[in-house]
Amino acid sequence: MSVSGKDMTMSRRGFLGDLFKGAACIAAATSLPRLAFAAWNEKAFKAETLEGALNGKYPGLEMVDSTAVKLKAPAIAENGAVVPVSVKTDLPDVKTISLFVEKNPSPLAATFHLTSVNVADVSIRIRMGETSNLIAVVESGGKLHRVQQEVKVTIGGCGG
Amino acid sequence: MKIKAKVKKDITKVKMLIKHPMETGRRKDQDGNVIPGLYITEVSASHNSQPVFYAEVGQAVSKDPYMAFSFKGGMSGDKVSITWIDSSGATGKGEAAIK
Repeated sequence: MSVSGKDMTMSRRGFLGDLFKGAACIAAATSLPRLAFAAWNEKAFKAETLEGALNGKYPGLEMVDSTAVKLKAPAIAENGAVVPVSVKTDLPDVKTISLFVEKNPSPLAATFHLTSVNVADVSIRIRMGETSNLIAVVESGGKLHRVQQEVKVTIGGCGG
Repeated sequence: MKIKAKVKKDITKVKMLIKHPMETGRRKDQDGNVIPGLYITEVSASHNSQPVFYAEVGQAVSKDPYMAFSFKGGMSGDKVSITWIDSSGATGKGEAAIK
């Protein structure tokens, strides 16, 4: 009959996080009975470094640079508030495609979850605070395939 | 929400434009007060009640988000429906027929 160590050391942040998760589950269960929203990866989206975002999103997966992933983005973006990005690949069995902006305050911009019905070809418009590397990561065959490109930003898009 | 879906050689390309402010929570108003964050977190799409797309997005997505994806098996006339949820829990929905 003793209080477990885990409870004793439970942090305020951890506790709030648990509360939050609970609330999210209830919200998902009550408001959207037809289309199930899986869990938004709060840890990865709130990470403030590229490494933190990558580890939050894909813990423990091996990453290789790949030429099989085509990342299309402008070399120079006049307006960082709207940067059109496309990612395409012929790799088989693509599970997810994620986009990271290295120097954004929160590097993870988006994760697309694909299944066998999809063609791995997605587009999105994102914000870039300043000139930075744009990294596309494709999860396929239990590995991460990475491609990166520098995008020069003339006017930042994160407000100030 | 604007949705365009077009089928070509068994591949349906879906483009969407969602009207949403996508406030990052880092912007300030004229008086220097931080405008609270309000952004879409998840978007999902279905075709004939089968899920065909799911995306998690963050503050780094532009205002009035544009996204496009492709899937196999769609036929002209089929319906594609899209739902989103934002950080406040508000949701939105749209539907379009495949051309």
